[in-house]
Amino acid sequence: MGAAAGLGLGAVITVVPVHATPKEMEDAVRKVVGSAPVTKGRVKLELPPLSENGNTVPLTVSIESPMTAADHVRAIHVFTELNPQPDVVSFRFGPRAGHARVSTRIRLANTQTVTAIGELSDGSFWSATAAVVVTLAACLEDA
Amino acid sequence: MANALVNVPARARRGEIIEVKTLISHPMETGYRRTQLGARIPRDIIRLFVCTYNGTEVFRAELHPAIAANPFVVFSTVATESGTLAFQWTGDNGFSATESATITVE
Amino acid sequence: MSGRAPHLLAALSVIALAGATFAGEIPMTERRSGYDFLSRETRAMQDDDTANPGMLAVLEGGALWARKTGAAGRACADCHGDAGASMKGVAARYPAFDATLKRPVNLEQRINRCRADRQQAPPLAYESRELLALTAYVARQSRGLPIDVAFGGRTQPFLDNGRAAFYRRQGQLNLACSQCHDDNWGRRLAGNVIPQAHPTGYPVYRLEWQGLGSLQRRLRNCLVGIRAESYEYGAPELVELELFLMWRARGMAIETPGVRP
Repeated sequence: MGAAAGLGLGAVITVVPVHATPKEMEDAVRKVVGSAPVTKGRVKLELPPLSENGNTVPLTVSIESPMTAADHVRAIHVFTELNPQPDVVSFRFGPRAGHARVSTRIRLANTQTVTAIGELSDGSFWSATAAVVVTLAACLEDA
Repeated sequence: MANALVNVPARARRGEIIEVKTLISHPMETGYRRTQLGARIPRDIIRLFVCTYNGTEVFRAELHPAIAANPFVVFSTVATESGTLAFQWTGDNGFSATESATITVE
Repeated sequence: MSGRAPHLLAALSVIALAGATFAGEIPMTERRSGYDFLSRETRAMQDDDTANPGMLAVLEGGALWARKTGAAGRACADCHGDAGASMKGVAARYPAFDATLKRPVNLEQRINRCRADRQQAPPLAYESRELLALTAYVARQSRGLPIDVAFGGRTQPFLDNGRAAFYRRQGQLNLACSQCHDDNWGRRLAGNVIPQAHPTGYPVYRLEWQGLGSLQRRLRNCLVGIRAESYEYGAPELVELELFLMWRARGMAIETPGVRP
């Protein structure tokens, strides 16, 4: 809490020296899925289409699954194309999770598309995308 | 000294899928910000969150700098037996925090 | 940030022109908390105690409340007991007149006075994690209660000063608080809706800050926004403005810890 306060008010400016590119995102995705094909579908990715502030954007991702030992979701990975780095978070589940459904809050440096990739126990990969418009606040401390 | 808030139902029926909410105090400094003098503010993030249920891992999340400050994670687990859900967050600069909650399963 | 400033200036100049059609004070029945202007997602964040990051500060404040400190080796709880009872409604009455200083003090200043007088402890810095946590913890005990600052009598001159500041054009953009918050509330400034500026949720968790901050921090933000010279934390001018804003929001419910964009 109060991270900015701890660093001295107004002493911190946000700069984004590099952006991940769609190519970097592609590479990050490949690191997770290897050479396996990724099929659109099954994953439900929920983000507000318009975010009041890119610092805190609520995200919920889920996959319908019986979540049994034989048939469950192993993981869901989230990526962005225009943040400084493409990786956002990886969630790992087992049958004990009951549902493959997670909510968190993420940072988006800019208006962009978010991608979620689900990894199932049969080794298949599924994906969904969501576009988010990030608005800029007025009257910033460092304006 | 980290503050964490966890919300686990105190009671559940056996086999019921319960929702677990967790919130922890942490700046999640990205490593991409600079001070006005141009010095880079080093990365300081939580990298891993793990939930165990009576000692067995039921959920984990690997976090990157794009997770918002004061990480909030909501997930679910099956209420299998009475006992303890233990939560552990670990990260940069030796960060480690734990929290736990008990559940009675009927 | 350089990309944002011209955008902001353009938006503000539109408001400066719109200010010609002065709308005056907001009628009591049309007052709305900043909460009402939030997105569904941000409201949900404030409403759920486990999702509201401000509650982390309340939790920490509760621990500080019970911790012995200072040369007197005394905790807040040693005098005030259970904050749930003793602090209920207190934040709704601040800033309040301090008989010794002969002027109003805000809640943060009241806490630091208590530290000096009762605990013989050094003051906590404005916007420090500890002071925000204690303030949030005390203010949380008033959640849902109506704002009820004293006015009239000895407090009135300070309230009048705050009111004058609210309606005074200032800064390089030559804007008064009222031109945004009385005359143009509900319209957009850059990406955000302009609220009516009722201080119902302080200390507030602001997404822009990624942390908790006081009303004075917010006021200083606004002053920077209109390119006016700001005041130091704790300055009488800021306390007077706080007092006026609380009076202007009289009867509205305390929401601490609020969440705002």
